[in-house]
Amino acid sequence: MNYFDLFRMTLPETVLELAALIVLVVDLGFLRKAALQVRVATAALLGVCGCGVALFALLVQMPGGLSAPGGDLLLTADGSSAVAQTGILALTVLTLLLLIDTTFTRHVGEYVAVVLMSATGGLLIAAAQDLLVIFVGLELLSLGLYILTAFAKSSGKSAEAALKYYLFGGMSAAFLLFGFSYLYGISGSTNLHRILLAAYGWNAYHTATLLYVALVMIAAGLGFKVAAVPFHLWAPDTYEGAPIPSAAFIASVSKLASFALLIAIGTAALHAFDDHSNVARVSIGILSGSEPVYFGFARSWSLILTVLAAASMVLGNLAALAQTSVRRLLAYSAIAHGGYILLGLAYFSYSSRSAEAVLYYTLSYGLTTIGAFGVVGVVERATGSDRLDAFLGLHKRSPLLAAVLLVLFLSLAGIPPLVGFWAKFNLFAAVLGVSTGAVPLALVALAVAMSAVSLYYYLQVLKRAYVMPAVNEAPITVHPVTLGVLLVIAAMVLVLGCLPALLQGWIAGFYPVV
Amino acid sequence: MLAWTIYLSFAGALAEALLPKGKAALARWLALTVAVAGLALAVAGFAAGMGHGRVTIVDAAWVPSMGIHFLLAADGISLVLVLLTGLAAVAGVLFSWNVEMRTNEFFAFYLALIGGVYGVFLSFDLFLLFVFYEIAIVPKYFLIAIWGSTRREYGAMKLALYSFVGSAMVLIGLLAAYATSGSHSTGLIALGHAGLPVSFQMWVFPLVFTGFAILAGMWPFHTWAPTGHVAAPTAASMLLAGVVMKLGAYGCLRVAISLFPRGLDPWGFSFAGIGSWRDVFAVLAVVGIVYGALVALAQTDFKFVIGYSSVSHMGFVLLGLVTLNQIGVTGAVLQMFSHGVIAGLLFAIVGRIVYDRTHTRQLAELEAMHLSKRLPFAAWAFVIAGMASMGLPGFSGFVAELQVLVGAWMARPWWAMAAGVGIVVGVAYTWRALQKAFFSDALPSAHVLEYEHGHGFAPITWPEVAGVSLLVTASLVVGLYPKILLDAIEPAVKALLAGGGQ
Repeated sequence: MNYFDLFRMTLPETVLELAALIVLVVDLGFLRKAALQVRVATAALLGVCGCGVALFALLVQMPGGLSAPGGDLLLTADGSSAVAQTGILALTVLTLLLLIDTTFTRHVGEYVAVVLMSATGGLLIAAAQDLLVIFVGLELLSLGLYILTAFAKSSGKSAEAALKYYLFGGMSAAFLLFGFSYLYGISGSTNLHRILLAAYGWNAYHTATLLYVALVMIAAGLGFKVAAVPFHLWAPDTYEGAPIPSAAFIASVSKLASFALLIAIGTAALHAFDDHSNVARVSIGILSGSEPVYFGFARSWSLILTVLAAASMVLGNLAALAQTSVRRLLAYSAIAHGGYILLGLAYFSYSSRSAEAVLYYTLSYGLTTIGAFGVVGVVERATGSDRLDAFLGLHKRSPLLAAVLLVLFLSLAGIPPLVGFWAKFNLFAAVLGVSTGAVPLALVALAVAMSAVSLYYYLQVLKRAYVMPAVNEAPITVHPVTLGVLLVIAAMVLVLGCLPALLQGWIAGFYPVV
Repeated sequence: MLAWTIYLSFAGALAEALLPKGKAALARWLALTVAVAGLALAVAGFAAGMGHGRVTIVDAAWVPSMGIHFLLAADGISLVLVLLTGLAAVAGVLFSWNVEMRTNEFFAFYLALIGGVYGVFLSFDLFLLFVFYEIAIVPKYFLIAIWGSTRREYGAMKLALYSFVGSAMVLIGLLAAYATSGSHSTGLIALGHAGLPVSFQMWVFPLVFTGFAILAGMWPFHTWAPTGHVAAPTAASMLLAGVVMKLGAYGCLRVAISLFPRGLDPWGFSFAGIGSWRDVFAVLAVVGIVYGALVALAQTDFKFVIGYSSVSHMGFVLLGLVTLNQIGVTGAVLQMFSHGVIAGLLFAIVGRIVYDRTHTRQLAELEAMHLSKRLPFAAWAFVIAGMASMGLPGFSGFVAELQVLVGAWMARPWWAMAAGVGIVVGVAYTWRALQKAFFSDALPSAHVLEYEHGHGFAPITWPEVAGVSLLVTASLVVGLYPKILLDAIEPAVKALLAGGGQ
């Protein structure tokens, strides 16, 4: 490793940080006296340009990733991380565009800068292969998110949401670090690959209990990030209290980064022996030996993820049924969707099939949920509330907005031919592709049944928008940029749903042909 | 050519959605044009496709990495049901001529539903079939919830959830079959040849069959049907009973029975005379026939009578399917067509022609209105429709139910005997409804006569006459000359029962 390599590898991150600084300088230095509208537009536009340049910078990254002096990988540039990084940048662009008619803060420069820095954290996590980098990336992302949640200074709910988020987040970071320390103790390395190799080895066999404790701790830390039951308690409050763009960012970009990390762990676990065939033989000898007590890494990890997945699917969907606030409804639905994705991670395949399916799901979900939050934001501004009743008669007040809502919510419910359906089918097919045993089949059946439940609460919102009589028929005006972004998102949800091979082929293009 | 029925309907739906508000007349004529064009295509496709076996219409790789094809094809069974969809679509538009509220949206949802239905009947890729099947769910919800009547939100939500639960069961079966077969294809033919293990078929068959049969109104999962039918606006109840319930029955035949035929094998033990899934579903079908008819006999709401009669008639379809012999399955397919036409006609008369003028569906109130004198057209139309529904010779229902009964007798005589009870009760409830609603004995007093003279009903409009004529003609033609459809159905059924759906 030399510094030029480091620079080249972290070029997208560097670009984002620079963009953040430029936004700050321009907003605080040149536009102090300008109207809020102008400042927001400038800041958002600069942020979007920064993401655009960073997308470009992704192309000139180091092809093989970046290694530490010992030869261990620090940052990878494999297929999953490339897809996730591209996705993170694209979703950040959409979030920034939804910021355009924002009024919740006067500190727009700071807001956009923090968004860009959080996205940097996301990029780091998506590529990280080393515990220290992972932790730094996670903290960079999380700290940014706490600030973004608290940004509506005049709103008590925003402050409350941020405090809850911060307390839970701090605790989960502690758990994560604790788990990491055990892993380091077992393996003597902070490199993911080495740790997993060691986790199958003789040493770990003697310290199996330690390994399990570490896994549970790590699952708790990452479960918090992806809002998996039982670490989900922050999600409804945060989604409800945070400013709309922050909530959309948490629901999409932060999710994508965290799931990319889980993919990295799963991939590393299954590919631990790839370059160590002699070690593999020894280790597998232990695994298949006389000690049935030792499950090794993969099976216990899979078990933990399965439990999280099942709990999230069931609780997320059932709790969403009872919500009257659309933001909380979206929070519980996010928990449920997280559950489906965790199922895909629990039954992870040696080939890239599962990773592709999980990324497909996370990307399409992020796209849809940003749009959903965008619609909620517009309605909230017009009616002052995000209750179900705020959506009454939306088709009269703004037919286009109602149509966007229809497409997005039906996609979330998994109705074909929208992208959400394909994401589910693809993911469940991948789960069954790993194993056709009774347990994965039962879990998939549970997931499908739960998504049938989900139709009920999505229809509750659509019913207000289309069926029930309006209380107030005054038209809602939508900022043209916001409307444009929402229409583009809805169109993408529809087009990607009708031609699923587009996104699938794009994702598959990042992986080496086997 | 038949593929255009699908594209045209969806294009029509899109055009309707984009129409400016307040152009109700334009929306109507556009919908009628699209529906008639669809019917014309269906008729032309039927005429061209006769005697050619299964004809592939479109075959394009859709998701190559998963082996999913956009594969549309038609055999005799598809052709008949596409024809039915065309008829029902045109009749439905004619009977929704009076929709004034949000007319363009109404027809947008309506045509989207029609497009989905055409799609299901023409899909020969399991995945594609499922996609169209689910596309049909959402428009139903909005049609009922927005334009419906009695407890419409409840009826609509119940219908949507029942359908979605059914389709979730189908999806589980689809995923499991895809994973188990390892054939890397979701084509119906490829899956049929994949040689799925018998133990697998044994559990997946009842799952998928039940999933589809929920939409076909199989007892005891039929309860969405009466509430949904009653809540729906006339055109939607015509479509629900006319074609949507057929989607379920079609799925049972095309997917469950043809992909997992070994799931119908005997279990190897029997409990109370039931020794296989085939027996289980036959019993449920027979219970549906008799139960639906008995409950229809006890209704006070005219539309509920028709709603429960649908449950009873769809029982014949399911019974015909599980006979698994040539004549029984042929009868089931013919019954799908026949019931589609007749139920549409009955709902049109009750929900539109009568209700729009009397504003009541209570038989007790209709009794006092002397409708046979004041609405002779409705009365005579209902007499004809009732005769068709009872299964009198000369109408399509007769041929269809006779075949089902013969098939059932060949399989297990007591099925046929029990189903026969349903026919007898069917005569009773039709007769009762006919007599109460139209030909009541109560003589009007002079005062009432005078009042009625002063408050005449709106005259029958041309769309009503056209719709009734269309459906009556269809039922009569098929009843008098069933060969016209049987020539298409029989070879297709034969091929399907022989295995592989060739």
